[in-house]
Amino acid sequence: MTNEPVIKVKNLVKKFGSFVANDHLNFDVYKGEIFGFLGANGAGKTTAMRILCGLSTPTSGELNVAGFDVKRQSEEIKKHIGYMSQKFSLYEDLTIAENMMLYGGIYHMRHKDIKLRTEEMLKKLDFWEKRKTLISDLPLGWKQKLAFSVAVFHRPEIVFLDEPTGGVDPVTRRQFWELIYQTANEGITIFVTTHYMDEAEYCDRVSIMSEGKIVALDTPGNLKQNYQCDSINDVFIKIARPTEA
Amino acid sequence: MLQLNNISKSFNEVQALKDITFEVKKNELFGLIGPDGAGKTTLFRIITTLLLPNNGNAFVNGFDTVKDYKEIRKITGYMPGRFSLYQDLTVEENLKFYATVFGTNIKKNYHLIEDIYSHIEPFKKRLAGKLSGGMKQKLALSCALIHKPEILVLDEPTTGVDAVSRAEFWQMLKNLQHKGITIIVSTPYMDEAMLCDRVGLIQNGNIFTIDQPDNIVNSFEKQLWAVKADNNKFKLITDLRNHPNVESAFAFGENIHVSLHDNKQEIKTLEEYLSEQGNQKVVIKQTKAGIEDVFLHFSQQNSVTQ
Repeated sequence: MTNEPVIKVKNLVKKFGSFVANDHLNFDVYKGEIFGFLGANGAGKTTAMRILCGLSTPTSGELNVAGFDVKRQSEEIKKHIGYMSQKFSLYEDLTIAENMMLYGGIYHMRHKDIKLRTEEMLKKLDFWEKRKTLISDLPLGWKQKLAFSVAVFHRPEIVFLDEPTGGVDPVTRRQFWELIYQTANEGITIFVTTHYMDEAEYCDRVSIMSEGKIVALDTPGNLKQNYQCDSINDVFIKIARPTEA
Repeated sequence: MLQLNNISKSFNEVQALKDITFEVKKNELFGLIGPDGAGKTTLFRIITTLLLPNNGNAFVNGFDTVKDYKEIRKITGYMPGRFSLYQDLTVEENLKFYATVFGTNIKKNYHLIEDIYSHIEPFKKRLAGKLSGGMKQKLALSCALIHKPEILVLDEPTTGVDAVSRAEFWQMLKNLQHKGITIIVSTPYMDEAMLCDRVGLIQNGNIFTIDQPDNIVNSFEKQLWAVKADNNKFKLITDLRNHPNVESAFAFGENIHVSLHDNKQEIKTLEEYLSEQGNQKVVIKQTKAGIEDVFLHFSQQNSVTQ
């Protein structure tokens, strides 16, 4: 992790009619950092994440992602980030290698680079022998790891992970986090949401949103100290009141 | 209340359930804990008469799930994993619909759902499809309860739900249990196991342990150590796994839980080794196993023998 910001957010406001989904958010995320983006359901996480990915425009505020202005250069941003959601991951009726070919092509990678990168990534995962297997024939844990590999296939500067480990077994969940660590060590910034509070402890820094605002942002260690809690779960329950009654 | 005898179910070559036998007592809060693909939903669909087993039989309050399915449906409340209420009906219309289907009305059983429904009642004119995740969950539970079931079957009610709402949801389940309802609930969250009277741990179609959560944790024989350092966790975990005496090393929150091949070897040697490798402020303490430790060690053994 470095001190060089790759995401800069100043006074982000997003309104839907009279409803304020993001209420003056301010934060920076640094290159190579694992940044945990936590909050109760409906706190405004997805809204903010969609804006950062260039999929939605802010009502007001200044945002810079990977060196590009969110309002004016959203197409550039899309080229420089990766995204993985819990629901959609890979094409079930294509093989592992074909999925990588497809995503590499979408990001305008050269044929030769796609081949090299496919080999590099699949050998690292010990999947090289299985490259001609259809995605539909793989267990869920493998699919999750591959979906992550596809999201960082074009070497984005930042990868956004939206609840990447929901429902995954405890062993795979940990293997998945080891992949995240490796990727962060390579200098790719990780922006991740999760409902598993033990995973929040694996992040370099954690922000907690409540009712559209960021109510806490610090290292897991400092958060626990400041709120005098033994775990991030306790910190979360203390400060992340849900919006609904 | 619920009796399962040698239940097996296959989908083509995939054996989703392998010879499952257990029972749930009246008024028990029973948890089925396991990851996606373990077989939880298949089992619940057999219990709720929506799927036929290949082998074995199952009884709900003495009724056979195959022969007496009509009787079982009257006394069972089922909340499937996927939100399956009518998105284009309002909150109130959904509730009314389910009450009417079971030949009752909202007023008659309002006392059962009051705790839960009161949270969403201010939004009763809103379309169900427009509710937030936590509110959908409360409406689905209200609809599953409105015909006053004797047994409630909840398939991953807390998946994708935040930690605060999860804690509230479990409080609601405890209240329902006090009203005499038997509850069988599945979850991928290991921490929720401790809130059940008894739990079954399930993976790859096998239930490998059924007991009170305390007993499961206490019967775990391995000595566990919690290791912490001030630097990058990935480095710490890699260094640990490279040490010959380390049997397993898994991340647990801020610590790494480690089990050793030989516990007689001084723990100080491990500490010195980690410091030599460049880890800063290494702290190693004895720690007690949790449900997730048990699960991790079982799945490790399982994958070795497969």
